[in-house]
Amino acid sequence: MWAIGPIGFSAPVLLWALAALPVLWLLLRAVPPAPIRRRFPGVALLLGLTDDETQTDKTPWWLLLLRMLAVAALIVGFAGPVLNPQDRQPGQGPLLVFIDGTWADARDWPRRMDRVAALLDEAGRDGRPVALIQATDLPQMGLPFQAAEAWMSGLAGLEPAPWLPDPQALDAWAAGLEGGFDTFWMSGGLDYEGRQDLLAIFDAAGTVRVFESPRPLLALRPAVFADGAIRLTALRTPGAAGAEVTLAATGRDPAGVERVLARVPATFDGAATEAGVDLVLPPELRNRISRFSVEGVRSAGAVTLTDDSLKRREVALIAGRENREGLQLLSPLHYLQKALAPTADLIDGTLLDVIQANPDVIVLADVATLSGGEAADLQAWVEEGGLLLRFAGPRLAASDVSRDEEDALMPVRLRAGGRSVGGAMSWGEPKQLRPFAEDSPFFGLSVPSDVRVNAQVMAQPDPQLAERAIAALTDGTPLVTRKRLGKGQVVLFHVTANAEWSTLPLSGLFVQMLERLAVSTRPARPAAAELEGTTWVPEAVLTAFGELGEAGALSGVPGGTLADARPGPGLPPGLYAGDDRRLALNVIGPQTTITATTWPARIPVEGMAVARETLLKGWLLGAALVLLGGDILASLWLSGRLRGARSGAVALLALGLFMPGQGHAQAGDDALALRATSEVVLAHVITGDARIDDVAQAGLSGLSKRLYQRTSIEPAAPIAVNLETDELSFFPFLYWPITATQPLPSTEAYAKLNRYLRTGGMILFDTRDGDVARYGGGSPEGRRLQQLARPLDIPPLEPIPADHVLTRTFYLLQDFPGRHASRDVWVEAAPPDAERAEGMPFRDLNDGVTPVVIGGNDWAAAWAIDDQGAAMFPVGRGYAGERQREIAFRFGINLMMHVLTGNYKSDQVHVPALLDRLGQ
Amino acid sequence: MSDPALLRSRAEGLAQALPPLLADAEHLAQAVILGEHGRRRAGMSDEFWQYRPAHAGDEARMIDWRRSARSDAHFVREKEWQAAQSVLLWVDDAASMDFSGAPDHPTKADRARVLAMAVAVLLMRGGERVGLSGTGVPPRRGPLQLLRLAEAFSTAPTGADYGAPEARGMAPHSRAVFLSDFLGDLAPVEAALAKAADRGVKGALCQVLDPAEEAFPYDGRTVFESMGGTLRHETLKAGDLRARYLDRLATRKARLADLARATGWHYSTHHTGEGAQGALLWLYRALERVR
Repeated sequence: MWAIGPIGFSAPVLLWALAALPVLWLLLRAVPPAPIRRRFPGVALLLGLTDDETQTDKTPWWLLLLRMLAVAALIVGFAGPVLNPQDRQPGQGPLLVFIDGTWADARDWPRRMDRVAALLDEAGRDGRPVALIQATDLPQMGLPFQAAEAWMSGLAGLEPAPWLPDPQALDAWAAGLEGGFDTFWMSGGLDYEGRQDLLAIFDAAGTVRVFESPRPLLALRPAVFADGAIRLTALRTPGAAGAEVTLAATGRDPAGVERVLARVPATFDGAATEAGVDLVLPPELRNRISRFSVEGVRSAGAVTLTDDSLKRREVALIAGRENREGLQLLSPLHYLQKALAPTADLIDGTLLDVIQANPDVIVLADVATLSGGEAADLQAWVEEGGLLLRFAGPRLAASDVSRDEEDALMPVRLRAGGRSVGGAMSWGEPKQLRPFAEDSPFFGLSVPSDVRVNAQVMAQPDPQLAERAIAALTDGTPLVTRKRLGKGQVVLFHVTANAEWSTLPLSGLFVQMLERLAVSTRPARPAAAELEGTTWVPEAVLTAFGELGEAGALSGVPGGTLADARPGPGLPPGLYAGDDRRLALNVIGPQTTITATTWPARIPVEGMAVARETLLKGWLLGAALVLLGGDILASLWLSGRLRGARSGAVALLALGLFMPGQGHAQAGDDALALRATSEVVLAHVITGDARIDDVAQAGLSGLSKRLYQRTSIEPAAPIAVNLETDELSFFPFLYWPITATQPLPSTEAYAKLNRYLRTGGMILFDTRDGDVARYGGGSPEGRRLQQLARPLDIPPLEPIPADHVLTRTFYLLQDFPGRHASRDVWVEAAPPDAERAEGMPFRDLNDGVTPVVIGGNDWAAAWAIDDQGAAMFPVGRGYAGERQREIAFRFGINLMMHVLTGNYKSDQVHVPALLDRLGQ
Repeated sequence: MSDPALLRSRAEGLAQALPPLLADAEHLAQAVILGEHGRRRAGMSDEFWQYRPAHAGDEARMIDWRRSARSDAHFVREKEWQAAQSVLLWVDDAASMDFSGAPDHPTKADRARVLAMAVAVLLMRGGERVGLSGTGVPPRRGPLQLLRLAEAFSTAPTGADYGAPEARGMAPHSRAVFLSDFLGDLAPVEAALAKAADRGVKGALCQVLDPAEEAFPYDGRTVFESMGGTLRHETLKAGDLRARYLDRLATRKARLADLARATGWHYSTHHTGEGAQGALLWLYRALERVR
């Protein structure tokens, strides 16, 4: 391939055509744009005028340049230019593709896989056997060389592991390698133990090529809670100074949805590889955080899970006694506060308020009786998993709580009075603590010899006492008892929380006991010795991409290995649940540092952004097309043809080519809805016969005008309604002229019409044949109406009775003429039991509005007015005709009144009775 | 003429052109409400002018007894003198009038004809006699005259590129209306006006122009040809000519205005892009003023 710089050509011969460009230049230059011929009467005034400039008879130079460029782009384009042409030298012999496959690879894994796929492709073409090895997932031994195609199929299933390669396994595997092979090393950019040895072995076996992303690697150390703030430390391999990363704290919000709860930026100063930042959050928010991550980095190293060590327990302290002023050391809560303040968040307040706050622990120091409501709430809270910690004291000893039968919120029954030992007035010595039993949560704590108990409350010897006692005095009397209640527990210290009854609160044991009871927050990480003998079950595991996944059926892990383990195949990073707490195993430990790889100078290192072969033909041809398009526009403009409407059309065409189309249907619907609902609007159904529709429109205009003049109904201009597309519920009234050829509405339209009729709409059917037809029979319109109305939900009808409310809603009427004066107007039938009351002029008819009025009097024609307000059609003859038109208008007004006010006028018949009842 | 087929086709052609023209003109004239225009002096008419004391010599039947009964003297009721005026129309029918710069407005000839017909309708309603200058259609009144005028306007245009006004057949002290684009040679116009002025004929010059002729919205290399094709001008940059063209047009308008002023005529420009109403009102008022 012939190449200039980074661009090669597949058909360089074509480039000779560029030599013809100067000729083209001369040719084009000599041909000016063709003139337009115009007929113009004003030419008489133009005669004798000469042009100022004369050079425009040649094509302007920039237009020539444009054309030249277009032609040049065409020529070069067809010569097949390729950016970064790759001169591949076919490799020889077997090829090892060695992928680190650690969490460091995860951030750009798809691109790595693309690169590997390209590699395999190439090896396949060259017929080289390939072995694809992941350092974190080594084969049993040796190199399983296969055809490249065989590896290709498994490529999609390849995933990085969230841990580093095991140095021993790596050594063992490398020792078994033999034979010569070339190596492609897909490095994650992270140095690990054993890498140098491996490199030496690969180097000895053949050439080594390395692929590595030049971007710095980011990682996050576990969060540490110190001095009321969360300390976050981001790590990186050396990179640009002043780089800023955003650290995000993720957790469940109160609605239970996982989301980012806080963000904090961290800046790497200069060439520093660590960036620390303090995050201060309210305890409620802090306790919700489940993990921290570097935003925008998909890697397990950039995620650190939090466990209980970050959670600060909320402890509510309630004392039964008012603090005696000045005697702080005697306060029942003083020692508790001192013991808990460094490691827990303390809450003050009344018991009911405190239960609302849902703390982890409620401490009741010498609180004897609780009100019924308090006790119920407290019990409910305990059963939901709360820890109720009670301390005895004079009040409890003096009260009857849990005396005869066990109180729900006490672990044991108490004997009256308690006892005191070793005092001035008693026999014996103050008692010491017995070492803790194995099943006690305090097992393993050493008992200091200076802890003395002077007084205590005594437990009744009940059958469960032995199992409930978790600490006892040397004489076997229980000192601490515990009872499970629902998901929670109730713990009673049989001594006071201050130093009145014992020296226990003064000792370090007190704090340790509180810790064991999970009252206080524990130190960040338990020591190995502490974890010895426990079993931890993975609850959630971290993938190399930094996503939390289900642990599935992973087996439990002994606590000893968890203590200072590094994640591996049998111990994936994640969240491990123990007896009563959870422990996070993170990819990056508190002491971990990350080191960038260094490669010897002899080994070529390619960045991930390898120069790809790019075919430029399409781009060049596209450019030529754009240039030619520009040439067309410029030529039009030069010759004066790009003006007015035509330039608009060109612009529209251009826009139409480049702009995506957008729908406007919604806007139309909204406009109709606004028009129909902002004022009262009469509406007519579009029949499809333009003349009938026009008459209906004009008729409703006329009626609207009369309504406006004579009544308080002030309708806007009438609207034509398409039954198929328009929403009907906006209109109180529909005028529906019937034509013999009208199409039947669709099923949906019928559904809409029935809904309309049922929800109080009215339709006036007009067959417009009152002059020839009687009672709806005979005429084509009448038959069509029968077909149209069959699917409609229309009640029984009757000819309009003389006492129908339509006869008196506004005007008193007995006839309902339109252009024709037929008496056949049908409305909903009155109920058969309608009776005329004594002394009433009308029957007491049904409520509601008749949903349909059917007639053939061609009302719209009688109402129709033209633009000047003059009647469009003659009605009758002479004065009698005008009278008929007037009655037609009155019918329309009565009808609209009936539609809008219902049977209001019908109710008026009750006025005398109402007045009578009011005593007027 | 004796060939019935030919006669029929001609009649049909005529009927095709006539009603729209007449209808347009009637429609246009509808907008102007007018009454009989009095001469502000006693004369023969229907309109009351004044009561005057009866002189000796007045016939007894001339005395208005109703008025006289209210006083001791005798009064004679006088009517206002109303006289008909002859108005001659000249509508340029040269090829240059057949121009329309955009499809949405009519050609100048159409507009000029409609204006002329509308003026004729108005004048006849006002009791004047209307005819065409030249000898074709002498001034008369009545609906038949309107048809004659319409027919005359509907005849095929003369082949000339630019028209020259016809000043023949003008009765002394009559009125005249010239409707043209006045883009051709001005000498015949001057001659016609001079002749009219000699006979005491006054009137109105209405220059009907297309908006394109006023704006000259052309650019680029263009060959301009007159409507008849007799004149031709080629330019490479039409846009450059615009200023000079407009300058010349303004000069021409000023010249026409001067001419009109000198001879006691009225001059105005009407654009086919605008409605005809304004031009009609101007024409009507111009004729009214000189009366």
